[in-house]
Order: sequence, then structure tokens, then C-alpha cells
Amino acid sequence: MWQWFHKLGSPKWFFGIATRFMPWLLILGLGLLAAGIVWGLAFAPKDYLQGNSYRIIFIHVPTAFIAQSAYIMMAVAAVVTLVWRMKLADVFVKAVAPVGLVLTFLSLFTGAVWGKPTWGTWWIWDARLTSMLILLFLYGGVIALDRAINDEKSAARAVAVLVLVGVVNIPIIKYSVEWWNTLHQPATFKLTEKPSMPAEMWVPLVLSILGLYLLFGWLACLRMQTEILQREQRTKWVREMITAGRS
Amino acid sequence: MHPIRKKRLTIVLFLIAGIALAVGLTTYALRQNINLFYDPTQIAAGEAPVDVRIRAGGMVKEGSVVRDPGSLKVEFQVTDFNQSVPVQYEGILPDLFAEGQGVVAMGRLDENGRFVADQVLAKHDENYMPPEVADSLKKNGSMGQAGETVEAATN
Amino acid sequence: MAFDSFASFIAMEGHGPYVWACYGVFFLLMAVLVLWSLRSKRAAVEACRRRFETTSDTGREAATGASATFARVNVSQD
Repeated sequence: MWQWFHKLGSPKWFFGIATRFMPWLLILGLGLLAAGIVWGLAFAPKDYLQGNSYRIIFIHVPTAFIAQSAYIMMAVAAVVTLVWRMKLADVFVKAVAPVGLVLTFLSLFTGAVWGKPTWGTWWIWDARLTSMLILLFLYGGVIALDRAINDEKSAARAVAVLVLVGVVNIPIIKYSVEWWNTLHQPATFKLTEKPSMPAEMWVPLVLSILGLYLLFGWLACLRMQTEILQREQRTKWVREMITAGRS
Repeated sequence: MHPIRKKRLTIVLFLIAGIALAVGLTTYALRQNINLFYDPTQIAAGEAPVDVRIRAGGMVKEGSVVRDPGSLKVEFQVTDFNQSVPVQYEGILPDLFAEGQGVVAMGRLDENGRFVADQVLAKHDENYMPPEVADSLKKNGSMGQAGETVEAATN
Repeated sequence: MAFDSFASFIAMEGHGPYVWACYGVFFLLMAVLVLWSLRSKRAAVEACRRRFETTSDTGREAATGASATFARVNVSQD
């Protein structure tokens, strides 16, 4: 029953699968992202209240959304690292953390620039913004901790524990706007209800979320391959692959 | 599943549950500090301290905005459709400030229960729509929908 | 099209600077991230290739203990 699971953990197997899927992830991701952004910027109607400044939503929500789901994936990988000692899970955490950092920063930055014309301030210490800032520090902490420990196995475990400790922040980010009084408005997309915007606004938003998601997948695969190459450069399969690729 | 892995998994799950409990209790204890602002009901009930810098939030009551013609002084009522608080402010208001819109004001509550603000921020809800749709909604008088969500958010 | 002209598209009724600053920083950072990741993969492949050219074909046995730490400093991460 656990056979497939352990096969999934084989760096060689993953490397081959990733190579096969990566072009599709890149092409589809860029295409959907471009479609969503062009539609959102130029064709979607403006908002009755905020005018055109709301067009920032077409990158603000995707970056924030994927920054959070990347962290959830990292937490799952951290459990796998701690319980099954699977190397590939640790490779994933290390490959994805810098991407998560950039996406979290982008969501904070676009939020600040959006906040100025709509709320009247760049920044406010409300629960949503503060918990998102904590996510940025968590990503930074994961990267720093990994670099601070030289031994690969100790680094993997320490990083996994840090990731798991930080995962409680994710529901706080999500529900902050419901649990407490915040300046930030509640989510536009809810699982159980219709989105609180018309289709000509939410369709481009969904497109750019999907596009950025696929692009994130491509980046994750690419960076995992890099990490695998660095770790497994002594193995026979890497040698065979590299020498075969040259001829 | 291998017994040692089962044991590790249990430890990991306990770790997560423990941290979640600790953080949950902390945020629950600090909930009044995490809340960005007091709503008019809390202020009317005397929960907000007098003459301390606090924030008050709610909707700008329809028909309550009085602008001083000679200066930037403005007075309005902030309501949560249950209680209202009079707010005094001098300065530039955000573009989104309007009657029926959400605001968060920073300032002090004086002895007369009046809120003297030195900063007013606009709060908007999660509803987005094209201007034409908003206009027709307003005509049909069903714009209250947007108000309800802000009301829910401020409670 | 939500705008009458290209100029009004750029101006966004006064919100242009905010919108374009966001999109500018988004594209810039994403491009940096993508290029950096591509470069480090290429560097990793190159490092492997150099390694195989200089060492003999015995593979795995060589210094398994220190390999991990050595590999981590061997390739520049930026």
C-alpha cells in the first residue's frame, strides 16, 4: 500500500516526471496568467466604489493565495520529513521557501499600494496585515535556519519543526477578517457562496490565480531539480543523465 | 505503517495541537487588543477608555455629515445600526469617504462621549461591481446588501 | 475594452501610478525569481558535468560522509 508513496520519494523518479511536466506548467501558467492580467487590466469593468485602483486585485489575491497554499504544502512536506524521513519532502521545503517569500512580499506590497488610495493609509496593524507580515518572517526564518545549519539531516528536521510551528498562522490569516475587527475586508471568494463580484471580474481573477499556481508549480519543479542535482551529484543516475544529455 | 513512523506521526500531531492550543488561548485572551477598533455599541456601553488614543469604526450614518464651509472641519455620526457615536475631524478625508460607507477613525473619546479623530480611514466591503450595476441597485433600493456585510464585519 | 484610449488606460483615472507600480514590481520580482532559478539549475548541471570530467567512473563510494555538506557549498546559491 505504501509502495507508491515511497516511489514518489525517489529523487530519480521525480526528476524524470518533473522534466516531462515542466514545459506544460510553464506554457499553461504563463498563458493563463497573461490572459487573466490583460483581461483584468484592460477589459474588466471598473468598480463602482474604488474605480480603477481595484485592478490591483488581479495580482494581489493570486500572490496572497499562493503564498498561503505554498506554506500549507510546505507543512505537509514537513510532516513527511519528520515522520517518513523522505528526502524529497525536505527538497520541496527548501526549493519552495524563497518562492513563498517573494509571493508574500508581493502580496504585502501590492496591498500597501492598494491601501493608499482606498483606505487612506499604506499600512495599519490590523490582524490580517500583521498575520501576513508574520508569514513573511516565517518564510525568511525557514530560509535562514536552513542556511545556518550545515548538516543536511539536522537542517531538514529543524526546518520541518519551524514550518510546523508556523502553520497555525495560516488559519489566523484566513479567519482574521472574521474573528476580529479589521480594516481589511472579508474574502471575496468563499467556498460555500457565490463570489461577491460579477463574472466579468471574477473570471479573470480565477484565471490569474490558476496561472500563477501553475507557474509556481513550474518554479517548484525547477528549484527542486536544482536541489536534487546538488545533493545527488555523486549518484550513478545523475552521472548517466548528465553524460547522456551531453552526447 | 511502520510502528516507529506511527509514533513519530503522533508526536508531530501532538506538537501541532499543542501549538494551536497555545496560540488560540493567547489570541483569545488578547482579542480586545487584536481588534482594530471599537464599534459604537462597545463605546456606548462604556467599554472604550476615555481620553486614550483608540480607534472607532462603523458606518457613516446617512445624512449625518456636516462640513464646515470655511475649513476642513467635518462632523458625522458613526453607526453600527444599533448605536451611534458623534465624530469630529479636521483634515483631508479619503476618497472613499461617503455616507453609508465604512470608516475607521483614530482619536480620543472625550467626556461627552464625542470622538475627536485625527485620522480617518475608509473601510470598504468585499463586494465589487461595475458602476452601472451599482446605479441600478441604488435605484431599486436594494443597496443595503453592501451595508449589511460591513455591519456583520464590525460586530 | 474598459478604456476609450491608450492614454486613459495608462492614467486609470488618476490611479495609474498605484496600479502600474504594483504590476511593475510584480513582473520585476517574478522575472528575477525565474531567472535566478534557471541560472542556479544551469550552474548545478555544470557543476555535475565538471565533476564527472575530472573524476573517474567509480561513482558513489567517494567520501559519502562529507558529500552532503560539500555539495551544499559547492554551487553558488545566488
